[in-house]
Amino acid sequence: MKPALSVVFLTTLIGAGQGLFLALFTQQSYALFDLLPHQQASFYGWGSLLALLFTISGLVASFFHLGRPERAWRAAAQWRTSWLSREVIVLPAFMGILFLYAAAHLGGFDPVLVVLPSGLNIHATIALGILGTLLAFALFLCTGMIYACLRFLQEWHTPLTVVNFILLGGSSGFILATLYAALFSPTQVGFLGGWASIITVLALLVRSASLWRNARLRPKSTMQTAIGIKHPRIVQKAQGAMGGSFNTREFFHGKSESFVSRIKAFFLIFVFAVPLLILAFNFSNASVALLCVAFFAQYAGLLAERWYFFAEAKHPQNLYYQGKS
Amino acid sequence: MTQLALVIDLNVCVGCHACVTSCKEWNTSGAAGPLCDENPYGADPTGTFFNRVQTFEVGQYPNTETVHFPKSCLHCEDPPCVPVCPTGASYKRKQDGIVLVDYDKCIGCKYCTWACPYGAREIDEKQQVMKKCTLCVDRIYDQALPEADRKPSCVKACPTSARLFGDVHDPESVVSKAIRENAGYALMPEWGTHPANHYLPRRKTNMKIHEDELERVDNPLKVDGKLPKPNMKDPTLDDVTTW
Repeated sequence: MKPALSVVFLTTLIGAGQGLFLALFTQQSYALFDLLPHQQASFYGWGSLLALLFTISGLVASFFHLGRPERAWRAAAQWRTSWLSREVIVLPAFMGILFLYAAAHLGGFDPVLVVLPSGLNIHATIALGILGTLLAFALFLCTGMIYACLRFLQEWHTPLTVVNFILLGGSSGFILATLYAALFSPTQVGFLGGWASIITVLALLVRSASLWRNARLRPKSTMQTAIGIKHPRIVQKAQGAMGGSFNTREFFHGKSESFVSRIKAFFLIFVFAVPLLILAFNFSNASVALLCVAFFAQYAGLLAERWYFFAEAKHPQNLYYQGKS
Repeated sequence: MTQLALVIDLNVCVGCHACVTSCKEWNTSGAAGPLCDENPYGADPTGTFFNRVQTFEVGQYPNTETVHFPKSCLHCEDPPCVPVCPTGASYKRKQDGIVLVDYDKCIGCKYCTWACPYGAREIDEKQQVMKKCTLCVDRIYDQALPEADRKPSCVKACPTSARLFGDVHDPESVVSKAIRENAGYALMPEWGTHPANHYLPRRKTNMKIHEDELERVDNPLKVDGKLPKPNMKDPTLDDVTTW
């Protein structure tokens, strides 16, 4: 597949936003049970607005993917069957919760909604946070399933795709939260950095598993099933178009094997090795500059990871365009 | 339930591209607007087509066969491109099974092309909406046309009658008979899309000549000549040879 740059940006930006919100609410949940000190409302509020900024940037990027962006509103219609349609609904809903969560914290509107039998007060921001967490995971599910539901793209058609979106978005967002905490609430760096490390290690394991799986895939479709002629040697002589077509542009990345494997090495180093080293170093010596490097280097790595995710998928229609690859 | 489809006989197709040009001509001139081309006379011409003919060489020289392979939307009975469409622009008609795109609803997200294993859909680079074969839906029901012309334009154009058109759910239709009697098959059956369009395989055209066709068994002495006239009263098969 040809990597769609707008989608590469969309998935990485909203992933960071979702992860950041999950990190903030994880901290607030710990604080609810007095496991961690409750932070000032502005810490959660501005953090949530930062997550909102990331999701808005992702949404803007997604519009560049559409041929007819003015009709984008129509995309909410087929939520019964289409994961893309579901994403189109869940993303704005999640953004709305990000805004309300931020507004409730910053506006000081945080009444107690319920008192649990144990005497625990459930505030409005906790309720919004739970809703936001559910929506964040629903959004990860929708985004992942857009790819995982396409059974012909065997590289994508696995639960690992969804888990990768969750873990990579989580890693990115928790590292962003660690950086955010280093700037505004240094006491929380250890907690958030610890979770960021755990999620990054898990992401490394699952991404490695999917790389291992995809390297061993056997394409279900062959030239023989594509045109229905049972002969081992079939060579294409003409594609039906001299100057290429949509089919030769959309489904081939047009880069060499060595370029693709360099991208793979790049993302393995930048998404996992660099941030993990910085996070390990950070436990003893919290440094904003280093965490900045960790987040942005990982973001560059995530762009490469998403590029590779597309480039690695081999669409069966390419069998009809053997001459081009 | 009706399922209209094409049956393409690879044994007969000569790769003349008449179906391609005829399809383009009909579908670029219709009410749905043109099928846009870019640099049609330039160095790198490209454009939107519903139908293309590809050519494959099968076998190792000198034992090769050239197979011309017309390729268009297969109007799958279980089309994977339809449920993924976020807007409902892609749909399959209940009444005749044709898979269509509503160009006024399409947002050009290209997700349906990712979901089609056959690469049957092409985006119109100028209009930025998805386009695909309509089985000439604006032609096959047109009461203004003579009955014989109510067929897809590729079928009408084919000089060797390699393309058949009809209802594959009607066991007595010309397409069902062709599939049944000539081992018609579907492309990439492994994905369970159940394409409605079928292809007929290449066939060996051998002539079996029996011995008695070369040498008359009723002439053991190998003497050719006029047969004796039958008697007046003998019964004969036709009046010509009688007296």
